[in-house]
Amino acid sequence: MHMIESGNVAAATGVKLARANVIAAYPITPQTPLTEKLSEFVAAGELAAEYIPVESEHSAMAVCIAASSAGARAFTATSANGLLYMNEQLHWAAGARLPIVMCVANRGIGAPWTVWNDHQDTISQRDGGWIQIYANDHQQIIDSVIKAFYLAQTVSIPVMVCYDGYILSHTYMPFEKPDQDQVDAFLPPFTPENMLDPDRPYNFNTVTLPDVRPDIHGQTAPGYMEIRHCLHQDMRGSIQVLEEIDKKFQAAFGRGGHPFVEPYKCEDADHVVVCMGSLSYHFRDVIDLLSQEGLKIGVMGVQLYRPFPEKAIVEALYQKKSIMVFEKALSYGNQGALYADIKSALYPCENRPEMKNFILGLGGREIKTSILVETVRNAVKHTAASDDHPMWVGLKCQE
Amino acid sequence: MKPYKFSNFLSKSESGPGDGGRTGSWRVLRPVIDTTVCIPSKTGKPACFNCWLYCPDAVITKTIPPVIDYEYCKGCGICAQECPANAIEMQDESQFAPKEK
Ligand code: SF4
Ligand code: SF4
Repeated sequence: MHMIESGNVAAATGVKLARANVIAAYPITPQTPLTEKLSEFVAAGELAAEYIPVESEHSAMAVCIAASSAGARAFTATSANGLLYMNEQLHWAAGARLPIVMCVANRGIGAPWTVWNDHQDTISQRDGGWIQIYANDHQQIIDSVIKAFYLAQTVSIPVMVCYDGYILSHTYMPFEKPDQDQVDAFLPPFTPENMLDPDRPYNFNTVTLPDVRPDIHGQTAPGYMEIRHCLHQDMRGSIQVLEEIDKKFQAAFGRGGHPFVEPYKCEDADHVVVCMGSLSYHFRDVIDLLSQEGLKIGVMGVQLYRPFPEKAIVEALYQKKSIMVFEKALSYGNQGALYADIKSALYPCENRPEMKNFILGLGGREIKTSILVETVRNAVKHTAASDDHPMWVGLKCQE
Repeated sequence: MKPYKFSNFLSKSESGPGDGGRTGSWRVLRPVIDTTVCIPSKTGKPACFNCWLYCPDAVITKTIPPVIDYEYCKGCGICAQECPANAIEMQDESQFAPKEK
C-alpha cells in the first residue's frame, strides 16, 4: 500500500507489521510521535501488544530487557539524552544477547540544550555491542525496522535503527507499506532457545568470574571474557546474516540490495563523499551539480555502522583519489568517528586515498546545498597533505 | 541461511552446588550442626530442614542428620540464622585448617 506519512509513522508501521509483543517507551522530542502512534495502534486493538508507559528511558530499556528475556518481541524508541539515560541498560541488553529493536530519531546532545538533529547520540553508543543501522529515507525506515527484528532474533544481538530527527522523523514522504501477510511470511516467529521459563529454570547473567569454571555438570562454563569474545564474533558474523536477510527481503518486496553502503555515481569517480543518514541523499544533488562541472565524484551513504562493514567499504573506496567524510558527530579532541573507522579500514591498502574530514550540521545547523558544493569543490582543488583536524563546515563566528 | 551457530556463550547456569566455583575457599566461618539440638536429628523425624531450604548454594542435604558439603559451603551463615533450634554454630574456620609443621 502506498502511504504518505512522517518518518515516525513509517517506523511505527514497521513495528506493527513485525507484530511486536511488548513496547515500553518514554516520549522525547523528536521521537514522541512514534510512541504516540504505537500507543494508538495498541489502544485501537490494531496491534496485540502490551504497551508499558514508563517513567524514564532507563526503565523503558529495563522493561524491554525483561520482556525479551521472557521470550517477547520487544521494542522501544528514544532520542538524544533519553538514549544516554538508557546507557547502562543498553550495555546490559547487548551483553545479555537480547534481540531488542530500538528506533533512535537522531538528535544533538545537551548541553547546551538542543532538540535538533545531529548524530552525536547514537555515535556515542557505538561501542556498546548494539548493531546500528542508519536509514536514509522513510522507505528505508520501515524496511529497516522489519529487517531489524529478523536480524536481531537470528544473531541474538539488539539492533538500533537510526534516522534523522525532524529531517526524516517529522517530514512527510511517500513510501510503500508492505502487506501484513507478506511480512508474516518473511519474518519467522521469535522462539528463543534461552529464556526465562518456570519449567526450565536457569540463572542468566549472574556474577561471572574472571576465569572459566566447571558448571554443576562438570562442563567448562565460559567466563566473562569468553562471553564477550562471543559477542564480538557474532557481531562480525551478523554482517553476512544481514546480507542474506536483505536478499530475502529483496526477493519478497523488491527493495534493498545495499545493506551495508549505498553508493551513488561512485563507480568511476575519482572523489567520493562518505556520510550517513539523510545527508547521503541530500548530497546526491551536490554530486549532480559538481558532475555537471566535469568533476568525477560520487557519494556513498554508510547504512550499517556497527558491525563495521570494512570489506564493502574498502571495495568501494580503495582505488579513489580522495575521500571526504562528512559527519554530524565527532569524538571531541580527536576526529569524526566514521572518518577514523574508514581511515583504519583503508590503512592496509596500497595507494591509500587522500582523506579529509568535515564536521557539519551539529545541533540542527542548516546544511545548504550551496555550502556543500563550495566545500567539496575547494576540498578537491586543495589536495595538500590532509591534516587530521576535522574541518568545520558552516561556522559563522569563532573566538 | 548458513548454519552459523550464534550465541553459544551466554552467562547461563543452573542452581546447584559448585555453580559459583569452589566457594568453600571463601569461608572464614564454618557452620557446624549440633545433632543433639537439631530437630530432625534429635527426633528422628523428617521435620524442619530450614537450613536445607535457605542455603543459597544448596549445599545442605535434606537428610537425618542434615550434612553440609564444605567443598562449596561459602560460610554465609544464613543456615545458622534460619535454624529455629539454634543448632548451627558458626565457628572460626582457621581451627580446621591443617596445621603447618
Ligand atoms: S553457611 Fe550455611 S547457608 Fe551459607 S553456604 Fe554454608 S551451609 Fe549454606
Ligand atoms: S534448620 Fe536447624 S533444626 Fe532445622 S534441620 Fe537445619 S540444623 Fe536441624
